[in-house]
Amino acid sequence: MSDHENSFVHIASVKLLLVVWIGLMFGTWLTVAASNVDLGPLNIWIGLGIATAKATLVALFYMHLRWDKPFNAFVFLAAFFFLFLFIGFTMMDTAHYQVHVIPGYSPGMGG
Amino acid sequence: MAGHATTPQEGLRVDHHFENADQQYQSAKLGMWVFLATEILFFGGLFVAYAVYRSNHPEVFIFGHHFLDKNLGALNTIILICSSLTAAWAVRAAQLKQIGLLKLMLVLTMLCAFGFMGVKAVEYNAKWKHGLLWAGSYDPHLDHDEPITESTTDEELQVPGAEVEAEVASQAQRVGDADLVESEVVSESTVVDAPTDRSNIASAAEGPTGLAGAGEHGPDEHAIDIEPANAQTFFSIYFLMTGLHGIHVLGGIGAFLWLLWCAQRGDFATGHFTRVDMVALYWHVVDLIWIYLFLLLYLIE
Amino acid sequence: MAEAIEKSVGAGPGGSDPDTDNYLTHGKGVLSWLFTLDHKRIGVMYLVAILGSFFLGGVFALALRTELWTPGQTIMTADTYNKMFTLHGAVMIFLFIIPGIPATLGNFVLPLMLGAKDVALPRLNLASFWLWLTGATVAVASIIIGAVDTGWTFYTPYSTTTTTAVTAMTLGAFILGFSSIFTGLNFIVTIHKMRPEGMTWFRMPLFLWGIYSTAIIQVLATPVLGITLLLLVAERTLGVGIFDPSLGGDPVLYQHFFWFYSHPAVYIMILPAMAIMSELISTFSGKHIFGYRFIAWSSIAIALLSFLVWGHHMFTSGQSSLTNMIFSALTFSVAIPSAVKVFNWLATMYKGSIRLAAPMLYALSFLFLFAIGGLTGLFLGSLSTDIHLHDTYFVVAHFHYVMFGGTVIAFLGGIHYWWPKMFGRMYSERWAQVSALLVFVGFNLTFFTQFVMGSHGMPRRYYNYLEKFTVYHQASTVGSYILAVGFLIMAGYLLHSLVAGEKAPANPWGAATLEWETTSPPPYYNFAHEMRAGDPYDLDAMRWDPATGGYVRKDPSSVLASSGEAG
Repeated sequence: MSDHENSFVHIASVKLLLVVWIGLMFGTWLTVAASNVDLGPLNIWIGLGIATAKATLVALFYMHLRWDKPFNAFVFLAAFFFLFLFIGFTMMDTAHYQVHVIPGYSPGMGG
Repeated sequence: MAGHATTPQEGLRVDHHFENADQQYQSAKLGMWVFLATEILFFGGLFVAYAVYRSNHPEVFIFGHHFLDKNLGALNTIILICSSLTAAWAVRAAQLKQIGLLKLMLVLTMLCAFGFMGVKAVEYNAKWKHGLLWAGSYDPHLDHDEPITESTTDEELQVPGAEVEAEVASQAQRVGDADLVESEVVSESTVVDAPTDRSNIASAAEGPTGLAGAGEHGPDEHAIDIEPANAQTFFSIYFLMTGLHGIHVLGGIGAFLWLLWCAQRGDFATGHFTRVDMVALYWHVVDLIWIYLFLLLYLIE
Repeated sequence: MAEAIEKSVGAGPGGSDPDTDNYLTHGKGVLSWLFTLDHKRIGVMYLVAILGSFFLGGVFALALRTELWTPGQTIMTADTYNKMFTLHGAVMIFLFIIPGIPATLGNFVLPLMLGAKDVALPRLNLASFWLWLTGATVAVASIIIGAVDTGWTFYTPYSTTTTTAVTAMTLGAFILGFSSIFTGLNFIVTIHKMRPEGMTWFRMPLFLWGIYSTAIIQVLATPVLGITLLLLVAERTLGVGIFDPSLGGDPVLYQHFFWFYSHPAVYIMILPAMAIMSELISTFSGKHIFGYRFIAWSSIAIALLSFLVWGHHMFTSGQSSLTNMIFSALTFSVAIPSAVKVFNWLATMYKGSIRLAAPMLYALSFLFLFAIGGLTGLFLGSLSTDIHLHDTYFVVAHFHYVMFGGTVIAFLGGIHYWWPKMFGRMYSERWAQVSALLVFVGFNLTFFTQFVMGSHGMPRRYYNYLEKFTVYHQASTVGSYILAVGFLIMAGYLLHSLVAGEKAPANPWGAATLEWETTSPPPYYNFAHEMRAGDPYDLDAMRWDPATGGYVRKDPSSVLASSGEAG
């Protein structure tokens, strides 16, 4: 149980810190275990899901977002949004033009 | 004992341009979160490169990740998670003016960070020994079950695509010297020189043998036995991502040393914990990034 | 509880003589400037450094325009010419225009507009300045050790294999990037946390909306430039092969990386300029800004939409046709908020009482030149026409119209507007008009001809050209020299005003934002009293005061904070 004070800042209880730690350890074990099971294309998504769950634990509790002004979390999430934009468009484009690439070919640079 | 909050105004120094300590604290916090957003986008570029190359050349990643030791990677993950615990605990200690506990937590966090770098050093060293470096320096010395003797034939040493690799790698050495070169179209199969310097050290991955093309496993059975074209790209991405992350770990160590020095000086006796909070936030992001790196580089199947 | 708080600097006494006791005179010696935490001093230092960079970039421009007087060799070899246009671009973009308005006018004016004593993170502000100095030094050093000839865009694989000083220049740009990030970070925190009593988001001056939107882009886009340049350096020094096809890399990927930053970067350039425009148009039309919320939201819209269009720089690069089409369609969307602003500024002027002071001359120039620049962007955003126009002088003319005709012109307007506040002096209005005219004429002669040339097929970055383009090139070069004269005159009268200009009143223009409520120049602590915000465009609240030769508020207490406690 975390402390909820009238102070201007929240202080995490030892119990909370340790519970989250256990959750992160479990998540790590789960990730490794899941990677040993062949689920085809699902593997990466399960792995990403567990990683994101761990990240959420760290962000919410260790980084205090649970008790902070929501704008701080918004700032952090906004970064991911733009990153996904970048990844998404670039992957879409490279997927389309990669088929036209001649493997190993590079036009002469010298002379 | 469950702590009580520090009264922010007790003896706290407030800079002249702030109205009160709360405004000062919230400003620092927002500033740090904005900075962490920039770190996400900074690393994000490398994740874009990863995503692009993996989605277009999955065989390169499936091949390359076998040379990463899952156990060492998991160990590093555990180390960083523990360091996040101690960092968060350090913030709590600073908030409660428990200076002794604060110093202990700072030291433990740093020990974890050193441990992480130590494991990294072991991994990097193994790669270097095997020549499994980024593209420009990619020069794999690999082993297979049979020892190499004078009677080992060239055919036994060749693996499909390896000759292309050697040619590309040697071209890369010249390009890596930043000379203007003519990159020729690589077409002919050139024979790899008999590798008299190939080591017999086992590759990092347990289980499957290294780049054996020597007839033990056919190409149909184990995809990893066939070194794909551009295998070096995996290692480029590996070193870029883990290297940049490692630099951030070093930065974190520096920051924690600074905090320790501040604690020693008595800066936190008044309950002014903002600095510890900010450094801890940075450290948690370093942990977060590693969580994804571990997954994406070590746990590919 | 207030007593328990130590304040490191107390509020100073009111009524001190601004001539002898202001932020410029408070603290003497070089070190008091280099180690200052005062946002006003930092802004002034940036102004000197950035205008110096503009001069350097301008020298490269004159050199390359002189070379282009005749086809073939005129005054330099082709290799040197490649370096000239690369350095002109790199210096102008990384040292001048990206830091430009935010670092200079933003730093100086932002806290004053908020009635605050400083930005939220003054030490970070100083660090930003030192980073700028460091990055600029590395960049200039790279020029000295051999310079760069890749074009400011550093496209691979040429940039990874050429023997010129690419590594040094990109490291310089990398460092400059962090200066930009930290400035943006600082402004975001300051605007969020340090608005005064009464200043809700929609009572903020529009200059701050513009600076805030710029800061969003600075913070989100610049890190991607950072990683791109780092990868370039790694490619050159280690051979990591991410962008080099001979190592298995992908050069088009470099362009994705590069333009993901560099397109939003052009909005880092224009948003602050638009921010200045709102202030100038309102003040010199004697009228409340029209469409405040539209202008405010359009700034945010531009910032966000700017991230969706980077592929329009890559239509001919090998980018897939699907991606081409998507980026082309999205590009049209980003024109809309810019148009919204232009309409609102025109509506502000309508039935206003226009004063053609120098800042307004620049504001009017902006409207004309930015409109041309923006509209020609649409030709380039349209996929089919861009195939013909890409890499021609049409592109060069387009971006000079928006960056120079837009940003630089607005920057000049802002400098002339806030000059009295910053230095306590009025400049010669007559010479300012002469200079503004020369700049306007010189600019159009230089760059309008380039639209024509480009649409007739003259490629950019070319050392040699067909005979038929000679007359255009020569006209353009003459224009560039007229520009140079205009700027030299400007430097002359501005510097002269510092020593012999008429003393400036607190509010020479009759504007209603808070920076005009303190003396010209301000004291180091900015304001003698806690300030409260009114309507930033309520120009009727001001009246002319012949005694001071400036404007004063009819009801001064309306901007003073309701003080509960003693001072």
